[in-house]
Parts: sequence; structure tokens; C-alpha cells
Amino acid sequence: MEKQAAGKQIYVPRKEDFVLLGNRDITTDANFASQSYWKGVFIHFFKNRRAVVGLVIITLIVFFAIFGPMMNSFGYKDIVSFRNEKNRKVVAKGISPRIPAIHKLLTGEEYDDSFAEYTFLFGTDDLGRDLWTRTWYGARVSLLIAFVTIIIDMIIGMSYGLISGYFGGMTDNIMQRFVEVANSVPRLVIVSVLAIFMPKGMGLVIVALLLTEWIGMSKIARAEMLKIKEQEYVLASRTLGARNGHIIFKEILPNTIGPIITQVMFSIPTAIFTEAFLSFVGVGIVLPECSVGTLIEDGFNNITTLPYQILPPIIVLALLMLGFNFIGDGLREALAPKLEDM
Amino acid sequence: MLKYVVKRIGMALITLLIIVFLLFILVRIMPGNPFPSERMSAEQIANKRAEMGLDDPILTQFARYMGNLLQGDFGKGTSLYNGAPIKTVLSTCISNSFRIGGIAILLGTAVGLLLGIVAALNRGRFMDGFCTVFSIIGVCVPSYVFLIFLQYNFSFKIPFFPYFFDPSRFLFSSVMPSVSLSLFTMSTIARFTRNEMVEVFDSDYVRLAESKGMYGRRLVTKHVLRNALIPIVTVLAPLVVDLLTGALVVEKIYGINGIGKLMVDAIAGEGIDYNYVLALGILYSALYIGIMLVVDILYGVLDPRIRVAAKGEEA
Repeated sequence: MEKQAAGKQIYVPRKEDFVLLGNRDITTDANFASQSYWKGVFIHFFKNRRAVVGLVIITLIVFFAIFGPMMNSFGYKDIVSFRNEKNRKVVAKGISPRIPAIHKLLTGEEYDDSFAEYTFLFGTDDLGRDLWTRTWYGARVSLLIAFVTIIIDMIIGMSYGLISGYFGGMTDNIMQRFVEVANSVPRLVIVSVLAIFMPKGMGLVIVALLLTEWIGMSKIARAEMLKIKEQEYVLASRTLGARNGHIIFKEILPNTIGPIITQVMFSIPTAIFTEAFLSFVGVGIVLPECSVGTLIEDGFNNITTLPYQILPPIIVLALLMLGFNFIGDGLREALAPKLEDM
Repeated sequence: MLKYVVKRIGMALITLLIIVFLLFILVRIMPGNPFPSERMSAEQIANKRAEMGLDDPILTQFARYMGNLLQGDFGKGTSLYNGAPIKTVLSTCISNSFRIGGIAILLGTAVGLLLGIVAALNRGRFMDGFCTVFSIIGVCVPSYVFLIFLQYNFSFKIPFFPYFFDPSRFLFSSVMPSVSLSLFTMSTIARFTRNEMVEVFDSDYVRLAESKGMYGRRLVTKHVLRNALIPIVTVLAPLVVDLLTGALVVEKIYGINGIGKLMVDAIAGEGIDYNYVLALGILYSALYIGIMLVVDILYGVLDPRIRVAAKGEEA
């Protein structure tokens, strides 16, 4: 075989083969300085266009949720009104969104109603409350509820999952059976049973979220623990006499934090969604407090007369969902980059 | 396989029993008293309690409740519908919710699968981008917002569809709620199908099939879709439960007499109707556990590897 192949094709050396190679043919491999894990995650995250868009959206909404209500003089439950020359109260009911200066610029005339000089960026609602203030105040309430509950859920779920995974055996078995039962109760049933015991309001929403969202976190924490606990450094730590608590929370926890943060990013929109839905149904936030959910409900109740009223809370809700989902996707890819993305 | 199925069913039944028991206890130890006390004297209340067996030990009560439950008797409501038997109220509500949910599931799954397949086959082209945008919108906007939008435009602005649900024209008036309910399912399924199929397309066994000369529809249906479908079943399951049990808010907005609306009435009204909460809680849990069970078994049927793993566990 070899003889045949060799006989058929004989390589005739050419002159070029004997020219000294200059620098021109030598390409150096792109050389990356070694970087820490978190720096790599950071770089990956910001390379992802969607993730950055998500981050910008969330930053903007958080900014407005904090500072938006302060940007004009109306309070979130104040009814905008003044007394006219006959000392009658005039209330700014159901005014559509407008900026007087721009209106004047475009049409050359002022508004002919009593609130001609007022700016209502999102308009006012049927009672005469400024919707700009209410929308951002509502976003603040929704975000606060989501952040607080999800952080507590993270702590509970993480500890539960890590402990269950670390000890294994009988402990794990019992703890997982409990999770299984807890996970088989639909969220709605938990909420409805809670509604029997608790007054409607923010507390109910928070407890309902606390009772349901930790399960997903604990599952992820447990899976990570099972992966990590067989590694040498855990054994080394145990050999050196570290106690279980130290190994779980000081040695292993920092290495499981990535997937858990991703889960947090996906849980926050769920929490916002749940809050909105509970408030809409009427067991959530109570008037005159407001959240994205109650604002949507208000808008729905007035949709035939003031159709613009429902738009701001819906857009804020959709953007929040979008932003957190994008950030979550981006984080997941940045934390565990696949070869093709590199 | 049979052993695995029996074991799963047994576990599901035990879980359900535990949940029903917990619900029962929680509802029984609730604060307050189930009778309007101003109109009744203490003696009357005591008689009534004795008549309803509320003074018996809780386990006796539970056994009695379970006995009735197995015969399909949920008892009577305390405040809703003037204390009509829950069974009759529930059967109408279930049929309404299930029919609308069923249409939504069929629509959502069919269109979602189709969209996902088309997107995966045209990776990086227009349809793919369309699918991505569509699924993002579908996941980010709640179904009731879609319904409000549809209702405003096609019932109020252009009065084509009925503004509220009308049982006498069932199909016609269930178009809007079904479509809005199906959007979330549709977009989830579309995105998932697309990603799964893209992954399968890149796998070694599809490359092998291609190198053997297989292409076109046969490759897609026999090799790609079949393997991509397995994980989709798991995603579908919770969605099915959500839809069958009626999305609460959609039913509330569109005035559909379904179990979702019943639940809202039971918990959000003036007084809370404990018996309805209990009955609906049991119903929801049973459905949820039942569907999860079906998925677990289906998963084993679809994916031989899981069957093998389960056998290994038994041995």
C-alpha cells in the first residue's frame, strides 16, 4: 500500500521551500492574561447585547421608582385640585397626558381648561391623582416587595438546599420529601388558605411569596452542593478539622453563588407578576397605597372612559419582566459559557 | 416499568392525602365562626355545631369529610350562592374553565410547536427573529393584559365579539379569553421547541443521520422532533395545570363562570367561604399532582433512558 501511494505521487521540492521564513508567516496566538472568575463573568455579561439592554431598562426603572415621585409636586395619594374665584373646588379628574409647553409649540394655543399650566406626563386618573407619581410609586412598591421577599427566599432556600445536600442520607431524604409535598401545593391554594388567616394587604403578598419561591432556590442549591461536596478541597478542609457549618457556609457556599444569583434574577419577575396578579384580584395591596397590580386594575375599571390610564403600569410591568429576564439569561450564559459562545 | 408506575401513583396519592389533611386542618382551625352570630343565640349555635359535627374530634371529622369526598360530595358553601351544594356549582364552573382552558392549550401547543419548528429550520433568518420577539412579548405581558387589550379593541371600539362571556354562544365568546390565555403557552413552547431543536440539530446522531443521506421531513420528524419533544412535555405540564384551572384574572375580567372566578369570589369577597376554599384547594392540588404524575410516566414512555434508570433504582 505504502509503496503504491508513494509511487503515484512523488513530491518534487520547489525552490520556495528552501527560503528562510521571515516574521511574516508567524502569527502569534492571541494571548489573554489570566483573569479571575468574576472578571470573566463580568466581561461575558457586558459582551451580551441583550443583557446590557436588560440592565439599562432595570436601572432606568429603578431610578424612576426612586426619584420619579419626587419630580413633581403631587403626592401619590393627593387629589390635584384648587379653589377657583367662586371658592369652588376644581379637581383635575381624568386629564389626558400632556405637556403644556409642547402643546403650545405645536398648536400655538394654551389649554382652555383650569389646569392649563399643569404638566401631567401620564395624565390623571378618575379621582384626579397624578398618574406619573402613582406609576413610579407603584413601581417602587412592587420592586421593594419583590427584592425583599426574594432575598429572604434566597437565604432560606439556599440554606435548606445546602444543608440537605451536604448531609445526604436520612436527613436529605426527609428534607426532600418535605420539599416534594410543599412543591405539590399549587401557589393559588397557598394564597387562598393564607387569605383566611391574614388580612388582605402587603403582608399577605409577602408571606405568599416567601412560602413558594424558596423551593426553586433550594433545589438549585442542593444540586450544586451534590456536585461540589465530593471535591478535594472539601475533604482537605474536613481533614484540617473544619466543622460542618464552616464547610457548608464558608467553603462551599461561595462556589454555588452563581447559579443561585441567576435563579434570583428569574424569581424577581415571578414575584412582581404574582404581586400584580394578587393585587388585581383584590387580596394584595390595599388602597390608597398602590402597586403596579392595583394600577392596572384601576386602569381596567376606567378603560372605557380613560383608556390611556392603563398604559403606564402595563408598560412598566412588561419592561420589568423583560429586563429581569434578559439579565437572567445574560447571567446564566456568563456564568456557564458554552464553547460556541466564547 | 409497571413497578415504577405503581410506585409513582402510590407516592402521588400519599402526597395528595397529606395535602388534603393539611388543608382540612388549616380550614378547621381558622379564626372566627362559620355562622353569622348576631342572628343566632348561643344555644342555636351550639345545636348547629352539634348538627354539623363540628364538636367531634378533628380526626373523626376528617374521616367523615373524606368519606363524603370520595362520593363526590364537597358539602355546602357557607356564604357563596346561598349555601347551594358545592358539587353542583363546581360542575358548571369546571366545565366552563376546562373548555376554555382546553381550547387555549390546543391552540397554544399547536401554534407554539409550529412556530418553534419553523424558527429552528430557518435559524438566523427572519422567522427566527420573529419567533424570538414573539416569545419575549408573550412571556413579558400577562395574559389578562392581552385580554384587556382585545376586549377594548374588538368588543368596545369595534363591537364584534361580546364584551362579556356569554354561555349561550360558547365558541364565539370563548375566542378572546382562549387566545389571550394561549399566548403565554404559545410563546413558551415556541421558544423551548426552537432551542431544543437547534440543540438536537447540532448533536452527533443527527450528523450521523445526515451523513447516511437522510434529509428533509424524515430527518426532522423522525430524528430531531422526537428527541426535542421530550423536554417540552415537562414544560407543558405546569402550563396545562394553569390553563385548565382557569387563569383567575382572565375569568374575572371576562366574566366567565369558572373555577378561577369562584376562587376569587371565595377569597376576595366580603366574607371568605371556607368550604369553597377547601374544595377548590383540593381540586387544584389533585389536578396539579395528577398532571405531574402523568408527565412523569409519559416521560418514561418517551425516553427509554429514564426507564432504564428507574429499573436500575429498583434493582
